[in-house]
Amino acid sequence: MTVIRPYGDTTGDGMVQTSFTLPVPPGPRAEGAALQLAGKMGIHPAMVVHSHGIGEGFTFFVVYGSVTHLVDTDEVEVEERDYPLLSPTEVNGAIKARLHRKLVVMGACIGTDAHTVGIDAILNLKGFAGEKGLEYYREMDVANLGAQVTVPELVTRARAARADAVLVSQVVTQKDAHLRNTRELAGAFREAMGETRPLLVVGGPRFDPAMARDLGVDKVFGRGTTPGEVASYLVSALLPSPEETAA
Amino acid sequence: MSARLTLDPALVARARELAGLAAQPVIDLATRHTTVSVERAVLRLAGLEGTDPVTGEGEIPWVNRVVDVVREQVGLEHGVALPVWHAIASGAAAGLQDVAEQVGAGTARFEVPVGGDEERAREAALAAVGAGLDRVDAARRRREELVATHGDPPRRPWIYLIVATGDIYEDIPQAQAAARAGADVIAVIRSTGQSLLDYVPEGATRTGYAGTYATQENFRLMRAALDDVSAELGRYVRLTNYASGLCMPEIAALAGLERLDMMLNDAMYGILFRDINPIRTFVDQRFSRMVHARAGIIINTGEDNYLTTADAVDEAHTVTVSQLLNERFAREAGLEDWQLGLGHAFEINPTVPDSFRLELAHAMLARALFPDAPLKWMPPTKHMTGDVFGGYLLDGFFNLAGALTDQGILLVGMMTEAVVTPWLSDRDLALRNVRYVLDAAGGLTEDFAPPPGGFIDRRAHTVLSEAVALLETITADGLLPAIAQGTFGITKRPADRGKGLDGVVVKAPGHLDPATELMEGRA
Repeated sequence: MTVIRPYGDTTGDGMVQTSFTLPVPPGPRAEGAALQLAGKMGIHPAMVVHSHGIGEGFTFFVVYGSVTHLVDTDEVEVEERDYPLLSPTEVNGAIKARLHRKLVVMGACIGTDAHTVGIDAILNLKGFAGEKGLEYYREMDVANLGAQVTVPELVTRARAARADAVLVSQVVTQKDAHLRNTRELAGAFREAMGETRPLLVVGGPRFDPAMARDLGVDKVFGRGTTPGEVASYLVSALLPSPEETAA
Repeated sequence: MSARLTLDPALVARARELAGLAAQPVIDLATRHTTVSVERAVLRLAGLEGTDPVTGEGEIPWVNRVVDVVREQVGLEHGVALPVWHAIASGAAAGLQDVAEQVGAGTARFEVPVGGDEERAREAALAAVGAGLDRVDAARRRREELVATHGDPPRRPWIYLIVATGDIYEDIPQAQAAARAGADVIAVIRSTGQSLLDYVPEGATRTGYAGTYATQENFRLMRAALDDVSAELGRYVRLTNYASGLCMPEIAALAGLERLDMMLNDAMYGILFRDINPIRTFVDQRFSRMVHARAGIIINTGEDNYLTTADAVDEAHTVTVSQLLNERFAREAGLEDWQLGLGHAFEINPTVPDSFRLELAHAMLARALFPDAPLKWMPPTKHMTGDVFGGYLLDGFFNLAGALTDQGILLVGMMTEAVVTPWLSDRDLALRNVRYVLDAAGGLTEDFAPPPGGFIDRRAHTVLSEAVALLETITADGLLPAIAQGTFGITKRPADRGKGLDGVVVKAPGHLDPATELMEGRA
C-alpha cells in the first residue's frame, strides 16, 4: 500500500494539529475565520480547540481535524545518501592508503553570518550528536577560520593552504542571504581557480540538499548533519575507492 | 530571601585573587595602548556627529575621517585630542565641525603641540569632552528620575525580550507590544555584520540582516518609544544594545549619551567569537566599561556563548573563570556590582542524567559567588532541535531554574529557537511560560535549600575547584597565551592575529585621552 493518510489514533483517520495566528481580535468571527482557513488547508472537519488574543488585533488558534489529502509514498522524492558511511578509523585509513598525505580541510562562516555553531559542530574536536568533529581525524589537517570571513579571504587562504575541501556553514537566511552567499562563494572559486578549485561543501539548517547543482557547489548538507557524514562524503568525493570508481 | 549555597570562603578568596593576578597584565597592556575606536569615541563625546558626504558613498562618519587623517599626518600615539584641539585653540579651525570639514576638503594640517600650546590644547579638549560627559551624567539622572516616577519591574528576574527585524520602524511597535505583554527589558539585536564594521553607521536604518544596526539615531528613537510605553504601563522599560565588535568604545559612548540602560559587553567575546584581535578587544573593552560605569549602565557578559561551542558540563568551570575575569575587569574600570549582569546559560544536554540538578548547581554557584550581581540567565539554544514541543518544556525548566536560583535578568527562551526568528505567537507563548512559572514557583526559593554535602552542593564545589585550578594555569601561563591556546570556548586566538590589530597604537608618554582622564578623576 503506497497511499497513506496522517495517523491520529486510528488507521486512516487523517488527524493533524496545527497552530497559527490571524490578524483579527478574538471572538466568534475570528474562530470562523480560522475554520475557513483550516478548510482551505484541506482539514475537514476542523475543530478550533483553543484560541486566545495576543495584544490588540491578533488571535492565536490551535486547530485539530482530519485532512482530506492523500499521500502517495511512491511519488516521494528524496536525496538518498549515495556514499557509504565510514567510521573515523575507516576514514583515516582511506586517506592514508589513497592520498599518502593529510587531507586539508578548511571551514568558515562567510558574509555577515556570525553563527559558527554549524561549522563548529562539524569541525571542532567536540563534534556533534555524539560524533567527534573533523579535528579528531588524525589524517585530516583542519583549519576553522571562524565567523564573518570574506569570500576573497577564504579563496586566498584555501589556495595558500592547498585545501582539498572547503566547508562553509550558513545559518542566517534572512532575505535568502545563505543562497546569495553560496552563489558568490562558488563564483569566486570558479573564477580564481577553475577546475583546480577545492571541493565546495555548504551546510545549514535551511538548505535544501537538492540545491547543490543550482548553487554551483559540490554538496549541500541540511539540518542534523553529523561530522561522520561529512567525513564520509569527503572521502567518497575526493578519494573514491577502486570499486566506487568502477561503479 | 533566596536559596544560597555556602561556598568555601578560602576557595572563593583564592579564585578572586587569581582572577586579579591573571587580569593585571592585560589591564597594564590596555593602559599602554590606544585604538582608533577609543580615539573616535573621544571625538563623539566631544559632540562630533555626521558623515563625510564625499568619501565612499557618504556613509563614513566624520570621527573616522578625522582620526584617520590625524594618524596619517602625525600618528595616533599622542591621541587625537591634542592635534585636534590645537587646531581649534590656535585658530586654524573655528570648532570641531570645522576641523572635520577641513579634513573633508583636504586642507587640514595637524601637528602635535608642545609647551604652552600643548597645555592650551589639553584644557580645550578636556572642556569639550567634559561637556559630553555632562550629557552622559544628565542621561543617568534622567533615568533615575524616570525609574522613580514609573517604578522598577514588580519582581525579579527582569524579563528580557529581543526584537530583531532589521528595520527600526518595525522594531518600535514590536518593542512596545513586547513591553505591554510583560517585557521589562528590550534588546534590539544588531545586524550580524555590524561587529566587524570599523565605523558606526549613522541615522535611522531600515536594512539590517538578522538585526538592526546600532546607530545613535536608532538608539534615540527606540529610547523615546520605550519612554512613551513606560509612562503608559507605569513601569520603566529598559533598553539594551551591544557594546561589542570593532566599535565597542564608540557604541558605549553613544549608549551613554542616549540613555541606554544595559549593554552587552564581554571582556573576551569579540576575541573568541568574532576573531577580533585580543589587544584591540581589551583596550576597547576597558574604555567602554569606564563609560558604562559613568553612565549607570548595567553590562551583560557573554559566558553563555562558551557553552554553545563547548560542553556545558565538562566546560562549566570555564564559565566561572570568565565570570571572575569579567568581574575583575569590570571593577577595575569602575563598574559597581549592581552593574554586573554576569552571564550563564541553561545548555546542558537534556539527555544527560540529572541535567536539571546540574543546571541548578551551576546557577547557584554563580549566585553564591556573585551575591550582589544581577546575573543574566540565558535560555537553551544548543539543544533546541526544532522539536518545538520538547523545546517549550525545556524552556519551562529553564524558567524554573531561574526562579529557584534568584537570577536577575531572564532572557526569554523561544520554542522556535533554531527554527525561525520569533513569531508574534512564539513570543506570546514564551511569556505565558515565564509568567506561569514565576507565578507558580517564584516563591519556592524560600523552601528550597540544597543540603550541604548533597548533589548540588558537591557539584558546585567541584566546578569552583576546577575553576580555581584553571585560573592557576592561566595565571602561570598568562591570559593572552591561554586565549591563544583555546582555553575558552575551544577557539584558538593568538594575540598577534585577528581583525582590528592595525587599529591598535602604543601610546607615547605625552598621550592625551581626555575622556579616560576625566572618567578616572585625574583631570
